[in-house]
Amino acid sequence: MTAPMAETDHDMKRRLPTDWKSNAMQKRISARYASERRFRLIGLAAIAMSAGFLAFLLISMLSSGLGGFTRTEIAVKFDFPKAAIMVDPAMLHGVNADQALSNANLPAATAQAAIDTLGKGGDELLSPSAWVEVRDIIKDDPAILGRSEILSLPASADIDLAAKGNAPAAAEQAYARLDEAGLVSRSFNGGFLTSSDATDPSQVGIWGALKGSLLTMAVTLLLSFPIGVLAALYLEEYAPRNRWTDMIEVSINNLAAVPSIIFGLLGLAIFLNLLHLPRSAALVGGMTLALMTMPVIVIAGRNAIKAVPPSIRDAALGIGASPVQVVFHHVLPLALPGIMTGTIIGMARALGETAPLLMIGMRAFIASPPDGITAPATVLPVQIFLWSDEVSKGFVEKTSAAIIVLLMFLLGMNSIAIYLRNKFEKRW
Amino acid sequence: MSGVAIVTIIIGLGVIAWLSARAKAARLGAASPRRSGDGAPPRSLLHSRPGYHGWYAALWVALPALAFLSIWANIMPGLVTERVLESPAAASLPEDGFARGAILGEARNLAKNPGAIAFDQRSQALVEPYREAHRFYSIGGALAAVMLALAGAAFAFTRIRPDFRARTRVERIVMMTLLCASLIAIITTVGIVASLLWESLRFFSMVNPLDFLFGTKWSPQSAALGYGNDDAFGAIPLFWGTIFIGAIIAMAVAIPLGLMSAVYLTQYAKPAARAWLKPILEVLAGVPTVVYGYFAALTIAPNMRDFAAWVGISGASSESALAAGLVMGVMIIPFVSSMADDSIASVPQSMRDGSLAMGATTSETIRQVLIPAALPGVVGGVLLAVSRAIGETMIVVMAAGLAANMTLNPFASVTTVTTQIVQLLTGDQEFDSAKTLAAFALGLVLFIVTLLLNIVALQVVKRYREAYE
Amino acid sequence: MSARNVNVYYGEKQAIKEVSIDVDTDNVTAFIGPSGCGKSTFLRTLNRMNDTVPSARVEGEITLDGENIYSSGMDVVQLRARVGMVFQKPNPFPKSIYDNIAYGPRIHGLASSKADLDTIVESSLRRAGLWEEVKDRLKDSGTALSGGQQQRLCIGRAIAVEPEVILMDEPCSALDPIATAKIEELIHELRGRYAIVIVTHNMQQAARVSQRTAFFHLGNLVEYGVTSEIFTNPREEKTKDYITGRYG
Repeated sequence: MTAPMAETDHDMKRRLPTDWKSNAMQKRISARYASERRFRLIGLAAIAMSAGFLAFLLISMLSSGLGGFTRTEIAVKFDFPKAAIMVDPAMLHGVNADQALSNANLPAATAQAAIDTLGKGGDELLSPSAWVEVRDIIKDDPAILGRSEILSLPASADIDLAAKGNAPAAAEQAYARLDEAGLVSRSFNGGFLTSSDATDPSQVGIWGALKGSLLTMAVTLLLSFPIGVLAALYLEEYAPRNRWTDMIEVSINNLAAVPSIIFGLLGLAIFLNLLHLPRSAALVGGMTLALMTMPVIVIAGRNAIKAVPPSIRDAALGIGASPVQVVFHHVLPLALPGIMTGTIIGMARALGETAPLLMIGMRAFIASPPDGITAPATVLPVQIFLWSDEVSKGFVEKTSAAIIVLLMFLLGMNSIAIYLRNKFEKRW
Repeated sequence: MSGVAIVTIIIGLGVIAWLSARAKAARLGAASPRRSGDGAPPRSLLHSRPGYHGWYAALWVALPALAFLSIWANIMPGLVTERVLESPAAASLPEDGFARGAILGEARNLAKNPGAIAFDQRSQALVEPYREAHRFYSIGGALAAVMLALAGAAFAFTRIRPDFRARTRVERIVMMTLLCASLIAIITTVGIVASLLWESLRFFSMVNPLDFLFGTKWSPQSAALGYGNDDAFGAIPLFWGTIFIGAIIAMAVAIPLGLMSAVYLTQYAKPAARAWLKPILEVLAGVPTVVYGYFAALTIAPNMRDFAAWVGISGASSESALAAGLVMGVMIIPFVSSMADDSIASVPQSMRDGSLAMGATTSETIRQVLIPAALPGVVGGVLLAVSRAIGETMIVVMAAGLAANMTLNPFASVTTVTTQIVQLLTGDQEFDSAKTLAAFALGLVLFIVTLLLNIVALQVVKRYREAYE
Repeated sequence: MSARNVNVYYGEKQAIKEVSIDVDTDNVTAFIGPSGCGKSTFLRTLNRMNDTVPSARVEGEITLDGENIYSSGMDVVQLRARVGMVFQKPNPFPKSIYDNIAYGPRIHGLASSKADLDTIVESSLRRAGLWEEVKDRLKDSGTALSGGQQQRLCIGRAIAVEPEVILMDEPCSALDPIATAKIEELIHELRGRYAIVIVTHNMQQAARVSQRTAFFHLGNLVEYGVTSEIFTNPREEKTKDYITGRYG
């Protein structure tokens, strides 16, 4: 109000009572209700859009990824006695089986069988790793070398794509011919879960990356859980109020908000360049992620410890327990479910983390699973990132399939966390 | 003798010490029962339970020995090299430090795995002295460690007396461990700051900080190709790209959707619906960013480009700022929503009642009373969300592209600070080049900005909470 | 405004039993009774603030100008404009003093122009006895006022929409004696214009400000009558016990 109002006399005239039934008023009311409904609808739409996006994401991952768990197979007639397989069946029973078979020129024999069955260029229709399956079949049943058999061997990436309806025209035609001849079939792609990265999409698997993830998570858990719990205990139960404690608290709260890539830079500068720990290894990845996860565990741990009622501490102190005994015999066991929940959530976050691991070189091409925490390794999210960069179309469904596996793991971990939270919630 | 073996021996000694010290203390306690008068149960004269005596002894056995071993492991290579150099076979080594180091390295490698290949014949001669020196020092170190463990045991055993306060001693060590665990947080922070600062300073010794902060041309490739560092590291286009994607496009998605979701969940949804809808929003926060990035690059970005082409916008790229920003915004929704949820929930119920009692509709109450009252909290939450968005890496790496453009066109490609950090550090670059070090300078800027955003946001939220308490 | 045979339930629990009562503009009506007796619950049924509690259910008939306020034709938004409410704790909106008063007229569209709104704000503040204290700082936040001023601001906010009834739910319980005295004085001045219902746990206050008093006990309306009579010569034994301080 700018202009000073006229000093009306104190006993101002009473305003006319509002006519709530008037037309104008009724109109206004219905307009207000319309706006109320609109607002409510906007709110609902906001939620629906968020949920819809999630559904869209999941459905598109499922629809493009489920194909990654199946593979296309082509029936190839393998006439073993005629094939140029130079191996002595007697050798196949001992420890030397692998050695013998690797010298048996199986790739050429497989290619020849494909050409015989499928015509010229038939070998191109099979996956480059088809001979590995032939080898395993022979190893399982050496007697097969004496007869002729029809084997279902994995098709090449292009044929596989054509079977799933998304391939170059040439492959589509080849597939149509095979299909007409009734030679193709679909089966579960067990290799996807048991093998590692490869250059050909029909041969790739996630086991290498998954094992890398598990090793990395093991290192992360072993480091961040004890440190996080001990730090939470100290800060909540013993720490005197002073500048040091404040600094610790500020550090923890800030670390929880530092972008993950900064932890990657830290790992690169300190663990790799200063301490010369092995590059690309699960050890360094785990250490880096542990630094990231620790603040999460500390914060969750402190909340869980805070929730333990003081009466329990008083009771224990009252019967002569020392402060350390109070905490380790009473407070910690009671707070543990809460701490576990926080830990699982922190670990789930670490499991999905990619950027810091790129910084410390865990993006190498890993064709065999890492056999220790110091061996070069990659992890599932990084594998997804690497495959997403591949030009070959066959990698699309493999990437989505790997995402499905990753999401399953996260879903499992979060379900456990929610279960723990519900089971142990509010006990006093 | 291998490291694992000696550590196992020390730990074994520790277990033995634990058992025997406990047993000894228990005997002492049993031997001297104290009767406290009229028929009360006998009380042990021991100050501490036998188990604490056991722990005391075990810690004395293991801690000094293990500490010695970890120091020894660090100084032993130096000692070994020195001894090798004193051997007669080393006399023929070249004076040049670098060449000598290479030969010694080969010798070390040969000594460890006999199958290894050596390029310099002189290293063959050094293998035997090397092995000999290594054996000498590792056996010496192991013996010293065991001696130390035994000495610790002896010391601890002499102190087992009924009135010895073993529990207090053990608890003091426990407290020290707890303190050390919480100091890790500070060490990490210091480590981050130190490593970022150190590498950034090296970068700024090659590139003028002002050119870096205010330059408008970003082309580290040209610097790497030898065209000089001037004019190649102007980070303004990166800062703009980061703000454009993280603070503008993502927030344009996340703020309205997150805020309205929170409003609907807190003010309209029935408890049963809320119980379902809230976890769904939380799932959005749990999806790994690499999945979002893949989704943005594979599904959203091509559609955006086609849309732009259809509308007739020029400069549309398949790595558009819009695709990355949109998906990032969706990722941030649950974050904004839960912050807004908290803020609205902490507006006192009386405020809402007051408005409803005036005859306001629910939406009028929300828009004119609740949201204005919750605004500081919401603003704090948005600042936190921005800090998360600009630090987010994978979505922009996979969907935003590498072109350092300063454009307002959301369909064009821009690049961000985090994208460039990844880009600069994942090539086969030598570590000392300006190109690699630039990543650390970018990291430093990112760290400072997110830190400031967080501090400001937490202050705002805190003051707001206090206002209603 | 009159209530006939009103029952209120919270889920299974009956909070108000068969209450009938009339209030009018000539009298200030006080509801007294021990805590939990249902006086506040009943007050909140009079402008349907109980609607915000999902489990609450109201039976019986409450009429305003002969119209049942719980009938489907009654609009709750308009009802609350006609039956204003002042709460226990002052709850000004975190807006300026001016905007606090103007809130009701704005949402209900009662002012045709800015000048009109200015007039409403001034007259409401005058009637709330706050004008002289705040006329120079109408732009300041309403939350910056003292507790007593805040409560008068809330009363001013309620009368700015020209209600027919004003419900006050222990309006002085959070205030000091001086602020309380000012509010009581204000209630005196407002009598005759608005039907005022005040819930109070303070019997002296009920005696001071009201002309009619209703005594509630365990959800029942035990006694309703002229204040002076209730306090000097109650008909019911329970009322007498309460007033003389035997329980409560």
